[in-house]
Amino acid sequence: MKLWRKPLDADTVKVPRGRIYIIKDQCKGCGFCVQYCPRNVLELSQEFNKKGYHPPVAAREEDCVSCGLCELICPEFAIYAELVEEEKQKDSQETQKAEV
Amino acid sequence: MNRSASSTTDVVDKQSHPMSDLLRMDRMPHIWCSGCGLGTTLTCFIMAVRESGIDEKKIAVVSGIGCSGRVAGYINLDSFHTTHGRAIPFATGLALANPELRVVVYSGDGDLVAIGGNHFIHAARRNMDILVICVNNFNYGMTGGQAGPTTPVSARATTAPYGNYEYPFNIPYLSIASGATYVARWTALHMRRLKNSIAEALPKKGFRVIEIICPCPTAFARRNRLGTGLDLMKYYHDNSIIKHGADPREADIGMTGKIIVGKFLDIERPTFRDFLVENVWPKIGRK
Amino acid sequence: MAEDRRVLTGEHFMSGDHACAEGGLAAGCSFFAGYPITPSTEIAERMSERLPEVGGMFIQMEDELGSMNAILGAAWGGWKSMTCTSGPGFSLMMENLGLGIVLETPTVLVNIQRGGPSTGLPTLPGQADMMQARWGSHGDYEIIALAPNSPQEIFDLTVRAFNLAEEFRTPVLVMSDECVGHMTEKVVIPPKDELEITPRRYTKKKPGEYLPFDFGEDEIPEMVTAGDGYRIHITGLTHDRRGYPVINAEAQDWMVRHLINKILKNKHRIIQLEEINLSDAEVVLVSYGISSRVAHRAMDLAREDGIKAGMLRLITVWPFCDEKIRELAERVKAFVTVEMNMGQVALEVERCACGKAGTYLVPHAGGEVHNPDDIYQVIKEAAK
Ligand code: SF4
Ligand code: SF4
Ligand code: SF4
Repeated sequence: MKLWRKPLDADTVKVPRGRIYIIKDQCKGCGFCVQYCPRNVLELSQEFNKKGYHPPVAAREEDCVSCGLCELICPEFAIYAELVEEEKQKDSQETQKAEV
Repeated sequence: MNRSASSTTDVVDKQSHPMSDLLRMDRMPHIWCSGCGLGTTLTCFIMAVRESGIDEKKIAVVSGIGCSGRVAGYINLDSFHTTHGRAIPFATGLALANPELRVVVYSGDGDLVAIGGNHFIHAARRNMDILVICVNNFNYGMTGGQAGPTTPVSARATTAPYGNYEYPFNIPYLSIASGATYVARWTALHMRRLKNSIAEALPKKGFRVIEIICPCPTAFARRNRLGTGLDLMKYYHDNSIIKHGADPREADIGMTGKIIVGKFLDIERPTFRDFLVENVWPKIGRK
Repeated sequence: MAEDRRVLTGEHFMSGDHACAEGGLAAGCSFFAGYPITPSTEIAERMSERLPEVGGMFIQMEDELGSMNAILGAAWGGWKSMTCTSGPGFSLMMENLGLGIVLETPTVLVNIQRGGPSTGLPTLPGQADMMQARWGSHGDYEIIALAPNSPQEIFDLTVRAFNLAEEFRTPVLVMSDECVGHMTEKVVIPPKDELEITPRRYTKKKPGEYLPFDFGEDEIPEMVTAGDGYRIHITGLTHDRRGYPVINAEAQDWMVRHLINKILKNKHRIIQLEEINLSDAEVVLVSYGISSRVAHRAMDLAREDGIKAGMLRLITVWPFCDEKIRELAERVKAFVTVEMNMGQVALEVERCACGKAGTYLVPHAGGEVHNPDDIYQVIKEAAK
């Protein structure tokens, strides 16, 4: 099958990048975000928060595509991602949807 | 706002969370246990409210009593935390008095189909304009894990120490048999589908029921050695079958076996208000 | 056409139950939720016919638990609302009468009392729910309860019940009985502009400034309606001024004292009494509702025999008129309480008389009104 339009910037397209924010003291260390991040960005840290839980850390933040799944699954409203606009990027990219 | 902070080392202000405008952040962190899925159902609800485009001022949430009943206290909408089992009749009065409101009842299985069971079936029969979000965790979590109307046969609970010997309600089947017009079931792990389902049901009329199967690690899972909230999420991942339009009679949930999820029903039939407005009011010359 | 059918101005020959429904409509009631139960059913029937005519809504609920909740919901939806019940239905409403009190919700509950306990005497009168009216829902609170003794008065007091509900942001009880409910008498409904109607006390504060349980000197918080953008949270849990749950003794103390003070501080605006022949009375009959009409006859018999009998008729039963009884106890010989029960309000009379005057009761288990002669015998005894 033929592509109806060849992307002009096919070579320079980058996946969208996300930046992760963790409200550490609100986390209860359930591990949902770590388990279900489609890009395996997160790990539970060794550090303790105020309540004695291990909040996650964005160990591989550069792999984050800002899909928003961690924000949606987190029962504590303790994590969210923000799309980072990279200057090199020509167009903002459609957020890639991860699905369980 | 503290969005510029480097995430892994600095303290991030809770107010910066993108859902904070629809949450009463002064009440966070909430009371739910680590690994409880209730918070996840609430993120999905909030995202659905946003996506539906409905004026937030015109959405009211009514809850009963129990862990799920606490939703009313956390959502930053007009919200009413009523008595045990009575969210639906309270919502009935609210919806009839103020037809501009989209009224959502957000509560648990014990609250809605045990102590509130009679209200549930009658509101369905009347096709009252209420969206019911029924979080089903198979037991009474808040009071320590007693058996309830949805506890699977043989499951252990503090009031079923030898295993539950009652047959549970199948909520989609009960809802459809009683007259609901939109019926879906998801687990807390089906976040996007759940969110889409809520966003789809929210603007509709009539009695709509969305059941959410939800981990209760503290009470139900512990007593039944089912592991953590995460283990339950994994169980849902492995055992859920998405089957839209499934026969609700096949949707029983046991201690083992598959969980059928999806949209069971989406039909239209005159609501309580429609019937009044179309058939009764003209008789007395009222418009 | 809708609004001019609200107040049926004119002279009617009407049953107490129907007059009660008309009182509700005249007061601005737009929502009725109820469950049929003798002898209050005629109120629901009348409402089912009349409410659709005036732009309101009637719903027959699955039970009295649902009815009580639906009227609370309707009140927060912006409507004046009411329900009615009798006997076991009143017991079922107690749970959410408590919710109404704690949520400080204006609404009206009418009890056309019949004989109890349990199913008791469905078609015959009683006045044995008076203490249940006072204490029936669990926990500490104060309640407002009015007791009409005629179809005319049930009309008037239902209007007043709505006014008090709005004035004090609380559920108000109309404690009538089967006799008044089923009795047919002349009822005069005044022209609309002669009726005093208390509107809902809506806040003028903006969202963000308004707190659902904040109040000033008079202890009465202002109201809003769901959908107006205030994003209120209200809960049956013990709460603070914001409506947020606070589970400790301090918050409990604040909230319970407030619920009680709201009524007690404003007693003078709530209590309504009728004093008959009290200026020279030595024996004071204390009565209310249908019993007061029989007691009146007994008082006349006593007067004919030269006994200085008078009567204090409680139009407002709760909050109780402590001060009035105390004041009378200083100068009268005895009180004779006449009520269709085995001694309920009589206990209050005894408490307030505090041994300074004799206290007598004419016990009656219900099913029919007292025989005036039985009351007269007790008056004679009390006058000795
Ligand atoms: S936004 Fe998506 S990719 Fe990024 S951390 Fe969250 S779940 Fe992973
Ligand atoms: S999902 Fe939320 S609460 Fe659970 S570990 Fe991740 S950040 Fe913490
Ligand atoms: S007891 Fe169960 S349902 Fe309740 S908060 Fe804890 S995990 Fe959730």
